[in-house]
Amino acid sequence: MSLGDSSTELKKVRGLGSAREGGEHWIRERVSSIALLLLGTWLIASLLLLPALDHSTVKEWLRSPFGAVPMALFVITAFYHGLEGMKVVVDDYVHEPGNNFALNTFLLFLAVGGAALALFALGRIAFGGVA
Amino acid sequence: MAEQSARPLSPHLSVWRWGPAMTVSILHRISGGALTVAGLAVLTWWLMALAKGSDAYGDFSAIAGTWVGLVVLIGLTWAFFQHTFSGIRHLVTDSGENFEIDANKTSALLTVISSLVLTAGLWFYVLGGAK
Repeated sequence: MSLGDSSTELKKVRGLGSAREGGEHWIRERVSSIALLLLGTWLIASLLLLPALDHSTVKEWLRSPFGAVPMALFVITAFYHGLEGMKVVVDDYVHEPGNNFALNTFLLFLAVGGAALALFALGRIAFGGVA
Repeated sequence: MAEQSARPLSPHLSVWRWGPAMTVSILHRISGGALTVAGLAVLTWWLMALAKGSDAYGDFSAIAGTWVGLVVLIGLTWAFFQHTFSGIRHLVTDSGENFEIDANKTSALLTVISSLVLTAGLWFYVLGGAK
């Protein structure tokens, strides 16, 4: 039994276990939730502790490694966890295999595209010249 | 998805008397969906505006400051706290604890109360302190 595999050998033989990767998905969702607990707390606390939320203050914060690195981790983990969560919702309500595949693929592309856009913007803030 | 079998199905939702655990369960899904769709869109938009320059960031701030913008931001703050507390409750029940009816009910109610109190407190601080 691999990590996150929720069915026993006997259940598999009897055909009552998970046919696919539900157990591993379940673990991934929880591990990313623990990461987001830390990163989300960091984000809220940082925004509240910044002296102001104007352009130069926020930009200076996200240019520093202590701003840029956790923010990059937050972006990646939040898009990842959000996608995992949406998959659960889609699998619950969209039963027809073709529609299920289409919607999950659409959400995957949307999440990867959104994360890439957010990371590109963050990279421009962190590595760009002083504006 | 799977073929119809003789295995028992869960009773239809309507046979249960509505309770705090069910409310928190559906709130978890709603807040998670809101954070993924609206939350990540706002996060990406905010980072892109920051990267683009002070004019674009000014536009973002102006829209965020309208009453529609504030409703969205306050709603997302609530969704974040609700999903976070409900998520912690999930991690606790995942470990096999908190299944006694009274304790389970109490923890469900606590997630709702804490998220409302923290959202109100945070925004009183932000709107009262910044101006």
